[in-house]
Amino acid sequence: MRIIAATCLALSLFAAPAVAGDYTSGSLTIENPWTRAMPPGAKVGGGFMVITNSGDAADTLVALKTPRADRGEIHEMTMAEGVMKMRELEAGLEVPAGGSVELKPGSYHVMFMGVTDGFKEGETIEGTLVFQNAGEVPIAFTVGPVGGKMAPMKHD
Amino acid sequence: MRAIRWIAWILVVLVAGTTMAVLVSDDIRDAVLGKPGQGTGIADIGGPFQLVDHTGKPVTEKDFLGKPSAFFFGFTHCPDVCPTTLYEMSTWLDELGPDADKLNVAFVTVDPERDTPELMNNYLSAFGDRITGLSGTPEQVSQIVKEFKVYRRKVEQEDGEYVMDHTANVYLMDAGGKFAGTIAYGEADDIALGKLKRLVAGG
Repeated sequence: MRIIAATCLALSLFAAPAVAGDYTSGSLTIENPWTRAMPPGAKVGGGFMVITNSGDAADTLVALKTPRADRGEIHEMTMAEGVMKMRELEAGLEVPAGGSVELKPGSYHVMFMGVTDGFKEGETIEGTLVFQNAGEVPIAFTVGPVGGKMAPMKHD
Repeated sequence: MRAIRWIAWILVVLVAGTTMAVLVSDDIRDAVLGKPGQGTGIADIGGPFQLVDHTGKPVTEKDFLGKPSAFFFGFTHCPDVCPTTLYEMSTWLDELGPDADKLNVAFVTVDPERDTPELMNNYLSAFGDRITGLSGTPEQVSQIVKEFKVYRRKVEQEDGEYVMDHTANVYLMDAGGKFAGTIAYGEADDIALGKLKRLVAGG
């Protein structure tokens, strides 16, 4: 078990992508927000990141604002018996005190709804996360390839 | 009274005789009880459909016979599963090389209200030129969804928008249009590719 954990740690250190950007606001850290290039004509996209809360009170991500979409929402995707279901989290997404929550493909994500100018690989999408306690946190999403499964590497 | 008894006996003989005939004769049995494998099992996946491809051309299930096929059901207002699966499909087709021409691949919308052939054509251009987009009237789409036993549910949101819950498997069909298995969402690339290779090889 310990060997597996050590191996995972070693691998994660080895495979950790160069972070596109981390954002801090009070006790919250937002690691590496990213999204995917959108196929032509697509109107929606998902945004991913890791939010860590080092404080001693939980906070809740309640909204996403962005000039690049008509609306931003917070969604959860679940997969059961081969069926994909997506639901808006109307109460938002809680980030526990001293914990973190990962927004990733196949799970929690912020949703860009009503995008008129599709995201292109390599560009940056400005946005603002709104938290119940921490308030507004401006961030920027790095756009990776269409079918990317993980945060794109930063190309300096 | 006696007449009724006679009629009853005649009926008994007729019913018994018919039952024997059904059990003994394959043809009659198939006609009465349905062909083996035509139950409500997985062998029942697939069937007749009339849709429109991404170039606006009407197509039916017959256009997908003669070569094995892979059908994926989704919609363009899908932030994750659909573009990811289409992207993976395009990489598997690249891996197949020339053998990719021995396979039909179709992306069938479960959201015909929004996914017109034009939009499908535009959308699919991000995933190479080997994937056929299939759309149609709501009734036509309902028909293929029913034939393939696809789960699909429209979920209205508070903001007036809607999202679709849907089966995220890729359905594999042989050259004769018979169900040959699935590729599950998130299946390892090498397993998915192995399934496509076997499908193309007819095994």
